[in-house]
Amino acid sequence: MALLEVRDVTLRFGGIVALDGVSFDVEEGQISGLIGPNGAGKTTAFNVITRLYKPDSGEVLLDGSSILKAPAHKIVGKGVARTFQNIQLFRTMSVLENVLVGAHGRGRRIGPDDAYEVLDVVGLRERALFPAAALPYGIQKRVELARALVAKPRLLLLDEPAGGLNHEEVYELGEFIRKIRDDFELTVLLVEHHMNLVMRISDDVNVLSFGRKIASGPPARVRADPAVIEAYLGADDEHDDDEPSPNGTPQVSDTVSDTEREDEA
Amino acid sequence: MLAAAFTDFMQQVVSGLASGGIYALLALALVIIHRSTGVINFAQGEMATLSAYIAWALIAHHSWGYWPAFAATLVISFVGGIGIHTAVIRPVERGSVLRIVIVTIGLLVAINGFVVWQWSGEPQQLQSPFGTDVYDVGGVVVAAHDIGTITVALGIVLLLGALFRFTKVGLALRAAAVNPEEARLVGVRVSWMLGLGWGLAALLGAVAGMLTAPTVGLDPNMMAAVLIYAFAAAILGGIDSPIGAVVGGLLIGVLLNMLSFLSQYGMFDWFTEELRLPMALLIILAVLLVRPHGILGRPEVKRV
Ligand SMILES: Nc1ncnc2c1ncn2[C@@H]1O[C@H](COP(=O)(O)OP(=O)(O)OP(=O)(O)O)[C@@H](O)[C@H]1O
Ligand SMILES: [Mg+2]
Repeated sequence: MALLEVRDVTLRFGGIVALDGVSFDVEEGQISGLIGPNGAGKTTAFNVITRLYKPDSGEVLLDGSSILKAPAHKIVGKGVARTFQNIQLFRTMSVLENVLVGAHGRGRRIGPDDAYEVLDVVGLRERALFPAAALPYGIQKRVELARALVAKPRLLLLDEPAGGLNHEEVYELGEFIRKIRDDFELTVLLVEHHMNLVMRISDDVNVLSFGRKIASGPPARVRADPAVIEAYLGADDEHDDDEPSPNGTPQVSDTVSDTEREDEA
Repeated sequence: MLAAAFTDFMQQVVSGLASGGIYALLALALVIIHRSTGVINFAQGEMATLSAYIAWALIAHHSWGYWPAFAATLVISFVGGIGIHTAVIRPVERGSVLRIVIVTIGLLVAINGFVVWQWSGEPQQLQSPFGTDVYDVGGVVVAAHDIGTITVALGIVLLLGALFRFTKVGLALRAAAVNPEEARLVGVRVSWMLGLGWGLAALLGAVAGMLTAPTVGLDPNMMAAVLIYAFAAAILGGIDSPIGAVVGGLLIGVLLNMLSFLSQYGMFDWFTEELRLPMALLIILAVLLVRPHGILGRPEVKRV
């Protein structure tokens, strides 16, 4: 049985069908990519899984039991933690306090030692007492990650963790995600526009487009899937192929480098 | 002459710190609610008055000792604050700020009406727990009640500061105030935290009310002016800054007394006690115009 099962989930915002009968599984211990053009519904899927949004229909099962009855504040206790596409930190609090509060929902008391341990993992021990809002964008993303990790989740949802990173940093991020998957015994669901990153580290990839799942499978197969190429090419019409795309529209071809979102931060 | 002036000056500073301590407590209550619920709680003064009446009723009608009545009033006020949040604030919390503000104004009227209905509008006397002794410190007259007020106010502020900074629930309270959505995802039960904020605010108000009543007499409108000074304090310090509220409270207390002092010595000789309240409003206006986030608040940065 898969750790996470999304079953036929539909969610509408007025006229927009953000998720249209979406189903996919995430197997325990895997890194699972969730990709798709802008507005495909990836973040919305995360918001459903973390109970910020209530789907109109469908089911979300964690370890075989529904989580749609649980309120949002119980989700972390079930072992689900996440980071955000637009950083969501407690801006007036220090880095250490941000991490400490990340452990709030885990019942057992997690002290500064545990917090410093994850700060070491993301390399931010020296910044522990800085106010979170004063740090550069890339560092804030690592604080968010530390806050998610301190909760000792089973399932970690990462929403565009590579945003604002350069080519080399994106590569390191990939290695880092693998490492924490192993060290923390995580299952990772990864939303990312950096195709090379997703294809390199994912065991399995699901593709959304306009709220529908259009493909799924191992990276090599998904990347060759005509429907996927079509979805991305369609979305690409607005852009010049050679230009870094400001809103992160990715490319599926093998030749594309990972540098396209360097300019984002 | 100079020595006399210095004595007068110190006199005003000491009594300014005592009233400032009370403004600080009430301002802190305003800040806690503003941070969590996003509005100014116009009923904060009346909530404090009600608490003072409860303490008085326990002592006068039920022959409780002062400190047991004090402690019981804190507990009742804390629970009452949570109750008010659950019963009347929570139902409108997701609505516009205006709706919540109107509810707090309604609360002001309702509590005031309740106090008059229950205990009549007759002024009553609530004793000071610190007695009526006065000390002469090098010519400066210091009332035991003033010393007690400053001590209690600072003690409460330090306790609350420690709660916010060093406890798990304090961290959760701050997290819920800064970023409720994310707080939920790390497991904080945000609505409880908002309720807890109201409980703490009511508790602070109770202390302020019980310390105010001995000096001005317990009556249903005794906190009306204090609330204005507390507004001024909170605005001056920064409406989202707990430390700012405390600093602002003490500053307002001392500043207004300085005007009295200066008018005694011929400067600002137009200033009389009747102008204290308008001066507080002037300070509010000036701060809002010149430095809207106050001395210690952070300017709001909108991320684009
Ligand atoms: N709270 C909301 N209210 C209304 N519409 C929404 C809301 N959240 C998302 N949407 C819409 O749902 C669709 C899916 O959005 P979503 O943010 O999930 O896309 P995404 O795949 O994460 O895109 P991106 O790659 O740009 O982050 C979009 O059309 C978006 O405008
Ligand atoms: Mg998104």
